[in-house]
Amino acid sequence: MLKKRSYFKTRSLPYLLILPQVLITLTFFYWPAVQGVIASFKVSDPFGFRSKFVWFDNFIALFTDPLYLKSIATTLFFSGSVAIVSIACGLFLATMANRVLKLTTMTRTLLIWPYAIAPAISGILWLFLLHPSYGVVAIGLENWFGIDWNPLLKSSNAMLMIVMASAWKNISYNFVFFLAGLQAIPKSLIEAAAIDGASPFRRFWTITFPLLSPTFFFVTVMTIIFSFFESFGVIHAVTQGGPGGSTNILVYKVYQDGFIGLNLGSSAAQSVVLMGLIILITVLQFKYVERKVQYTG
Amino acid sequence: MSKIKCFWLVMAVGMLISFAGSAFAKPIDIQWWHAMRGARGEVVQHIVDQFNNSQSDYHVVATYKGAYDEVVNAGVAAVRAGKQPHILQSFEVGTQTMMLSGAIYPVHQLMADKGYKVDWSEYLQPVLSYYMNADGNLMSMPFNSSTPVMYYNVDLFKKAGIPMLSKDKPVTWDQLGEITGKLVKSGVEGGLVTAWQSWTQVENYSAIHNIPFASRANGYEGLDTKLMINNDKVVNHVTRLKSWMDDNRFYYGGQKYQGPKSEFIAQNAGVYIDSISGIAKLKKAVKDFTWDVAPLPVEAWMKEPQNSIIGGASLWVFNGLPKKDYAGVAAFLKHLAGNESQIYWHKQTGYFPITLKAYDKLKADGYYAANPLQEVGIKQLTRRIPTKISRGLRLGYFIQIRNIINEELELVWNGSKTPQQALDTAVSRSNTKLREFERIYK
Repeated sequence: MLKKRSYFKTRSLPYLLILPQVLITLTFFYWPAVQGVIASFKVSDPFGFRSKFVWFDNFIALFTDPLYLKSIATTLFFSGSVAIVSIACGLFLATMANRVLKLTTMTRTLLIWPYAIAPAISGILWLFLLHPSYGVVAIGLENWFGIDWNPLLKSSNAMLMIVMASAWKNISYNFVFFLAGLQAIPKSLIEAAAIDGASPFRRFWTITFPLLSPTFFFVTVMTIIFSFFESFGVIHAVTQGGPGGSTNILVYKVYQDGFIGLNLGSSAAQSVVLMGLIILITVLQFKYVERKVQYTG
Repeated sequence: MSKIKCFWLVMAVGMLISFAGSAFAKPIDIQWWHAMRGARGEVVQHIVDQFNNSQSDYHVVATYKGAYDEVVNAGVAAVRAGKQPHILQSFEVGTQTMMLSGAIYPVHQLMADKGYKVDWSEYLQPVLSYYMNADGNLMSMPFNSSTPVMYYNVDLFKKAGIPMLSKDKPVTWDQLGEITGKLVKSGVEGGLVTAWQSWTQVENYSAIHNIPFASRANGYEGLDTKLMINNDKVVNHVTRLKSWMDDNRFYYGGQKYQGPKSEFIAQNAGVYIDSISGIAKLKKAVKDFTWDVAPLPVEAWMKEPQNSIIGGASLWVFNGLPKKDYAGVAAFLKHLAGNESQIYWHKQTGYFPITLKAYDKLKADGYYAANPLQEVGIKQLTRRIPTKISRGLRLGYFIQIRNIINEELELVWNGSKTPQQALDTAVSRSNTKLREFERIYK
């Protein structure tokens, strides 16, 4: 290990240097978060003229509401599906691409484009394909395959649609990271294994995959966080939580209850639960998954 | 150096000019935040310009702040920061929240304080009644108001041998069943589609048939109101629609208007229920068939159908601003309610004129003879004096309650629940929301 250490002559200088970052973090992250936690213990009118401290009532109301518990289950299912689909496809495409071609920077940049598309636009694109009234693919499904495709009424169809729209965006992002990870693996290792007679699958499983684990770990965390929060745009554009609340994931419910419905106490409590959930998932990942991750070859 | 000096010079001159400008022109700015985009926004601006040009004491600044929910949220944030606009446009479902906010200056009081003797009986009562308190005092100024009507495809009706519908006398729901049956038999894919199902099939259905939507006079008389939509009549109506789904006489196109409208335009459905604002949209979009408008269907047992109820938005005046501004706000509201503004507004947007005078003037000028489509909604709205049940709905968390109704109806349409189960759940879920709301204001 190289020693990297800077020395400061005065004690205050380093604090001064990190001050802007600390200020930004405090103002834009901690202050709103604390406000949110405070609001979750209150019921108040939107204008803030009347507000009452109610202890844990907002949380009790949430966890005794079967629909909220259903929304948690929906969220976990949705995030899990998005993660599996986008990671599996990204990894598969990256492995294939790594075998056949050396991609130029240009090509790689182009491949990440879907990620640069705003989630709402991605949702609209998929809606144009799959809307039962005017979707090209939906009409094709019905006319040629006789499938009664109707995400407006069928929960499974709606879920499939938002998983596809969200995963599609993330495949390209995951692809680029996996490809970079794959190209960083020394060729000599794989060639040596090949000479020793290891099959392509065994080479992948015992050499490539462990060496790729930091990327894998990073991509998993990012995808889950994405599907918890940024998929909002997709859902807002495609299903608005329907049909019958079957795609109403937590973050969309926060928006519906808080922004649209002006039910601030409940919506704040939901944000706190959401924050807790994402902290829990991240901690678990770091605790149990990261142990198995190998950072150096 | 000289460049910097030059820059300061320009700045100084600029500041001088702007100071001088403000010293000469003294009109007080009146801020109005609204949700009228595009063509409607231009109509709003035109009416504002007319007011600004007509006098020199006040200058109304109309600002588009986004969709309804965004405007309301902007208003909430502004009040919290003490920087509220004078006038805020809020949608009808937010009426209860705005009324109880403690942040508003009731319109009837503002007009009286500023010396305007407004004869409120000269206004369209079903429009006013939506924004009145239990004592019949107007809390906000109605602005854009609409009501649902029924559109039908004239060509498909002719093909199926169905006579055209009357513009005054509503068909019965049983007749509509026969009509849609004939349509489907003649080869049309579907019969009826409806936009905004909670508004058209539950709220308006209840009002027209004088069925209470919620206890305590639909919430007008107390926050301890409870939803009552799981009554036999509404359940039967939903059951009938569900049974129509079996042979495609009814067909679900989504909660809002886009899906159902596109089914109607694509001629997949021969009958389409939506707000009167659909007239302008269909005029633009439909090229290959003729269509017409009829009043909403009514049950055969309902001999004297009530008025339908409105949707749309009204203008709320915030309190806590400099006293001298309010005379300007009142003058502007008077201008808005004036004949010229109302007639222009109705002709350009299709939203109702809010005064009888404007309505009579339009009639006298032969506007409705030339545009019969525009009168169907207004006749349906004014066909009877509103009762305590048909005057409107006054519920807390109404947006969420609508959402609950939409969700539960979808569960009926996709077969997960029976109509009775779904409406029972809708009532109990909504009542939880109503109690949460009540608790804030206790």
